[in-house]
Amino acid sequence: MTVVMEARDIRRHYAVGGGLFRPKGVVKSVDGVSFTLRVGQTLAVVGESGCGKSTLARVATMLEPPTSGALLIEGAPATPAAGRQVQMVFQNPYGSLNPRKTVGSILMEPLAINRRGDGPAREAAARAMMAKVGLRPEQFARYPHMFSGGQRQRIAIARALMLGPKVVVADEPVSALDVSIQAQVLNLLMDLQDEFQLAYLFISHDLGVVRHIARDVMVMYLGRPVEFGPKEQVFAWPRHPYTRMLLAATPSVDPRHRKQSITVRGELPSPLNPPAGCAFASRCPHADNRCRNERPEPRDFGGVKVACHYAETIG
Amino acid sequence: MALLEIRNLVVEFGRFRAVDGVDLTVEAGEILCVVGESGSGKSVSMLAVMGLIGWPGKVSADVMRFDGIDLLGLSPRARRKLVGRDIAMVFQEPTTSLNPCYPVGWQIAESLRAHNAVPRAQVRDRVIELLDQVGIPAPASRLGAFPHQLSGGMNQRVMIAMAISCNPRLLIADEPTTALDVTIQKQILDLLVDLQSKRGMALALITHDMGVVAETAHRVQVMYAGQMVEEQPTEALFTKPHHPYTAALLAALPERAMGASRLPTIPGMVPGIDDRPVGCLFNPRCGRVQEICRTSAPPLIGEAAKFRCYFPLGESA
Amino acid sequence: MSAALTFWRSFAVNRGAVLGLAVMLGLVVLAVLADIAAPYSPIEQFRDSLLTPPVWQEGGTWHYPLGTDDVGRDILSRLIFGARLSLMIGLTVVTLALCLGTALGLTAAFAGGIVDVVIMRTMDVVLVFPSLLLAIVVVAILGPGLFNAMMAVAIVFLPGYTRLVRASALSELARDYVTATRSAGAGTLRLMFNTVLPNCAAPLIVQASLGFSGAILDAAALGFLGLGAQPPTPEWGTMLAGALQYYQRAWWVLTFPGLAILITVLAFNLLGDGLRDALDPKLKR
Repeated sequence: MTVVMEARDIRRHYAVGGGLFRPKGVVKSVDGVSFTLRVGQTLAVVGESGCGKSTLARVATMLEPPTSGALLIEGAPATPAAGRQVQMVFQNPYGSLNPRKTVGSILMEPLAINRRGDGPAREAAARAMMAKVGLRPEQFARYPHMFSGGQRQRIAIARALMLGPKVVVADEPVSALDVSIQAQVLNLLMDLQDEFQLAYLFISHDLGVVRHIARDVMVMYLGRPVEFGPKEQVFAWPRHPYTRMLLAATPSVDPRHRKQSITVRGELPSPLNPPAGCAFASRCPHADNRCRNERPEPRDFGGVKVACHYAETIG
Repeated sequence: MALLEIRNLVVEFGRFRAVDGVDLTVEAGEILCVVGESGSGKSVSMLAVMGLIGWPGKVSADVMRFDGIDLLGLSPRARRKLVGRDIAMVFQEPTTSLNPCYPVGWQIAESLRAHNAVPRAQVRDRVIELLDQVGIPAPASRLGAFPHQLSGGMNQRVMIAMAISCNPRLLIADEPTTALDVTIQKQILDLLVDLQSKRGMALALITHDMGVVAETAHRVQVMYAGQMVEEQPTEALFTKPHHPYTAALLAALPERAMGASRLPTIPGMVPGIDDRPVGCLFNPRCGRVQEICRTSAPPLIGEAAKFRCYFPLGESA
Repeated sequence: MSAALTFWRSFAVNRGAVLGLAVMLGLVVLAVLADIAAPYSPIEQFRDSLLTPPVWQEGGTWHYPLGTDDVGRDILSRLIFGARLSLMIGLTVVTLALCLGTALGLTAAFAGGIVDVVIMRTMDVVLVFPSLLLAIVVVAILGPGLFNAMMAVAIVFLPGYTRLVRASALSELARDYVTATRSAGAGTLRLMFNTVLPNCAAPLIVQASLGFSGAILDAAALGFLGLGAQPPTPEWGTMLAGALQYYQRAWWVLTFPGLAILITVLAFNLLGDGLRDALDPKLKR
């Protein structure tokens, strides 16, 4: 399988504050993330708000340059022109479509910007894409506010595919939708993946959705991956205490899935002032002095990379 | 006698019926979950109970009783007194539900003062005690904190402290965890269930998340387009849903689709103001639809399991 | 087309706004047809009928329905030609301030950093001065005259538009559809004028229609102070200034230009308020 996107030790830091009386701080929003994304595969990035998953999405779509590290598209360093190979679907379908443009012109705009085809060819391409995502032809001239959330997300997906990208970065694409609509959009994403051999970088906080759609899962905590491997292994045998806490906290309709043995406590530490050792130590039931002082590096456990000093003994 | 009893609640905004003949009972000390998609009327019906529907909304009901008191007959003043003391509410967005201009301790104290819950001299101690009860660490030092200085989870705890400050008998929580992360959601839900069982108060939880329902509720009401379509004890609802909408909603959960590559979906959309169908409101999207569903609306039938369907699932007949 | 219809419906709910629109349309028609509508030339002097009172007062005549001024010019004709001037002043000032303000505001919002700081602080400096005082200073530098007065008022109005455009552009820039367009490879100019600007239009339209009345008022004030249009130009403010000494003897010389200013400004304010109400809840269904 060909690798379409590779991230090598990506970091993205922001300088913050720096007021009159305050020293400047650095937020390490993404701090050392590496992955490879292959044709037709889905890599899910999960974690809570503030874990850096949305920053990772912005770096992967080249909206922001990484502070250090390299992003390779089809083996070559990412350039703005290669950026057309990576397109994005956003969380909020109400903010991601220009309210002053019709569906047709929203879909044709990426082609117009990149001077692909002439007017009639662009319109034909837009209409074809509308059919593929399940929109009706007569909706071509309508404005976004005339559509429901689910339909808007279909429009957003269609727009992302207009330039024929290899990779689609989907930042929480279904979390603003109702359950029944969520299922429709997830199915659509999977159908389109099969048809166009798309690779998805799927950002989500919903483990149920991730479990359904992903091949690989990366669990992030405070800018760093804590567990990264094939979905089956991560879900069946979570080794990092944070993964276990996330799984335990996710409400389940199936009584058998409930693991009441793990207590869920504490909140994310301030990213301005991260702990010296393991970032999760303050909430971890297994933490000891070593965890508080020495940062664990990811280690390989049969294909799953886990950043925990005690990954062998836990679980 | 039920703590809260409502018969045939209707809430209208102009010609839009947000809530369409809902019956609702909450027994003392139970957890009732009201579940539905957006626009199903689940929040509006609870706001109507609180008396918080303003112009141009119109509320009517055959019966609306709390602990034997007829809420519809009360003067606005008497009703305000009841609401906030005996019935309290927690909202979805903790950061916007709190006033950003005042410290959280002051805001809790205000609700105590408004209802004269404790003597003035003891207000401060009571606020600290409440913050401690909702699991805020170092409560005395948080009295002067402003909402923007606290995380979403902490703010929601403050909202809960405010809601329980006057020992309500019914707590209504409208999507209290939707804006929060899963680990924080878990903590808040645990807190709510814990407070509910310790204080013996009733909890009405509005949510769209079936997982939350399964893990917290004793009894579940499923809402669709302003109507209650099914009501069952929690266990039964998840193992044996009767209404096709409930069944389809459960089937659409990614969690239930283990192994299958595509999720079962419900075709179409929730009806809006202009395309409300005749007969059963779910008939255009229903897989079991028959001729009668398109012409006449099914009544609510059943005892332990109530549902609004002519051809329910799981019936032996 | 249905969008225009919905807009008209929500606009028409507001009676005052419709009235304002009607007055404005009336003024436009008068201004365009001034040559036909006005009985005389605005500068023609009838030496034999100085300070004739309006028709309903004793001594009034149908020859001069609203009377004549101190040199025997027909007030009605001067007011009608004045409408032409006032509308032109409003249009010029607002267009100037709007175009320049939009360019500056968009530049500040998109460039950020030092460019943003320089533009916005300059605007703050302009804002520090009371508007009329600043206009007087500008006219003092450029010299009196109608065109210079318009320039002065446009400069006074500039910060409002710049700040408005910058603020709404910044809030639009944070939205995902801009990011999506950017990740499709759109350049800055396209993002500015094609993507962001149309979404800032609603508050701008409102500000512009309110600015119209402000411009007319300020230009009239400059005219009144003798720094705007010079006599015998039939500008309303200048007419007021020239008539000041007659206010006890001939009230009409003073009252009618004042009423014209009042009615016009009121009409534009009503129109602006109506537009704001109709446009502000963006694209309600």
